[in-house]
Amino acid sequence: MLRHRIRLLCVASALCVASLLSVALGVRAVPAAETYDPWPGLVQDIFNNRPINDGSDVIGIEMPARAEDAAIVPVTLRTKLSPGDSRRIVTITLVIDQNPAPMAAKFTLGPDANVTEISTRVRVNNYTDVHAVAELSDGKLYMTKTYVKASGGCSAPAAKNAEEANNRLGQMRYRQFAKTDQGAASATREAQIMIGHPNNSGLQMDQVTQLYVPAFFINQLELWQGDSLVLAMHGGISISEDPNIRFTYVSNGAKQFRAEAKDTDGHVFQHEWKVENPGT
Amino acid sequence: MAHGGSMLALLLMLGASTIARAQEAELPVSEVAPGIFVHSGTTALMTRENEGAIANVGFVVGNAAVAVIDTGGSVREGRQLLAAIKRRTDKPIRYVINTHAHPDHSFGNAAFAREGISFVGHKNLPRAIAARGQFYLDGFRRTMGDELINEVRIIPPTVLVEDTLTLDLGGRTLALKAWPAAHSDNDLSVFDDRTKTLFAGDMVFLSHIPVVDGSLKGWLRALDELAAIPAQRVVPGHGPVSEWPAALADERRYLERLAADVRALVAGGKPITAAAAQAGASERTRWQLFDDYNARNATAAFSEIEWE
Repeated sequence: MLRHRIRLLCVASALCVASLLSVALGVRAVPAAETYDPWPGLVQDIFNNRPINDGSDVIGIEMPARAEDAAIVPVTLRTKLSPGDSRRIVTITLVIDQNPAPMAAKFTLGPDANVTEISTRVRVNNYTDVHAVAELSDGKLYMTKTYVKASGGCSAPAAKNAEEANNRLGQMRYRQFAKTDQGAASATREAQIMIGHPNNSGLQMDQVTQLYVPAFFINQLELWQGDSLVLAMHGGISISEDPNIRFTYVSNGAKQFRAEAKDTDGHVFQHEWKVENPGT
Repeated sequence: MAHGGSMLALLLMLGASTIARAQEAELPVSEVAPGIFVHSGTTALMTRENEGAIANVGFVVGNAAVAVIDTGGSVREGRQLLAAIKRRTDKPIRYVINTHAHPDHSFGNAAFAREGISFVGHKNLPRAIAARGQFYLDGFRRTMGDELINEVRIIPPTVLVEDTLTLDLGGRTLALKAWPAAHSDNDLSVFDDRTKTLFAGDMVFLSHIPVVDGSLKGWLRALDELAAIPAQRVVPGHGPVSEWPAALADERRYLERLAADVRALVAGGKPITAAAAQAGASERTRWQLFDDYNARNATAAFSEIEWE
């Protein structure tokens, strides 16, 4: 009997020590995920292990160091190639390493549109590296990166007003901005496209039912001036609700600007606008 | 047999120490009106040190039953609230009302999960919990630590408020109202008719900067209806218990300023990043935790107002 008791106490105290240790060391899945670097695996999955060059002279990425609102984190991609460079950027892939689906978007830049800046908004689930990888017309990949801390508080990468998000489904807005830093005669334009869509990620698990909220998001967007592609986006679930893209391009004089978006349920949203001051 | 006996003894020992700890700790509460008890949360972010106890939580004692209004930011705080209730009344707790889904108001729910207690929430609360629950658990593990977060359970409401609902506690009734999107898209207010006390949840902030996590425009629209509630005092979600409706003035000024600043930026073609830096900046000295939330409010407001 005495032996039994000693053994039991040992078992109990071993368990206690183990649990105290795990508390003291903070052993848990979440911190571990933050120290694990998923990038090498992502290079394999997304870029088929192609060599990736330093892109600090090719592309810039701007994001706030701290994601003020985890559901709406602004990101700006800027080309850094000098005007005399014979190469051009063909695609830019935006990767949020620690998000559940890291590939946020792949932008294809129209061959004649000279897009030099793209701003959009993304969800950030965690403390994470964010990579921008440009593929140039020479066929090579160039990478730059930044680091973002997801915000705490009541912020969450989910809808704030779920009814409103659904009410806006399919609404499209186009806006052209005056480029004050360019002469009036310049053909460079700055514009924005907004698409009302909840962009549900499909990764939010209901803690009660253990079921996932179904994925429902814009996965394809094309922007055209006349018959010439300005910008296309293959989007993933990391793009914020109501996808919003602000970009610069060079007008080809077309009088119409057209957008076509598709979502994962097969909806097609199309709209066409008259361009203000289209002249080249 | 001997084996079982020593195991039992061990369990009893462990159990006794848990019970002793639960009995010791009691959340400080004050009786702000007859039968209305409030714990004033500290104005801070949720941390390991403050055990998540940053929101105002309270309870209302009727002749037959008790209603708890929000359970705090950890199960530990919830247990301490439970101990405070037990000390002041032997009436049974029948309702736990969650004013909305945010963790500082609901992480204590598990302390009250037992037979005979109904959890009451806005009709949108289950949806908000479904979308955010896991993210909150993961996120607050980082700032509060495993020990506090491991025991948190996401507990959904069993009674949903579609529009209004009256709860009878015996000799006093509580009028619950589910609001359209304002602070969040699942805000519920609680009005005690006997003492004219309004538990506003996070529809009302004082001292602590208001946090926009639903709809800025909806919140501004709700203010007049909120002000018309015939209360004498308000228990805000954060900040001191105050006179009603005078308590709304600061929040109204802030929300109106934020909306006006954001509208000007949108009209001027400025990007969303400008809102984070500029909108609401003139309010900086008037609020606690301004730098923790203003840029976030401005970002959220911009993404709403640009659709006007």
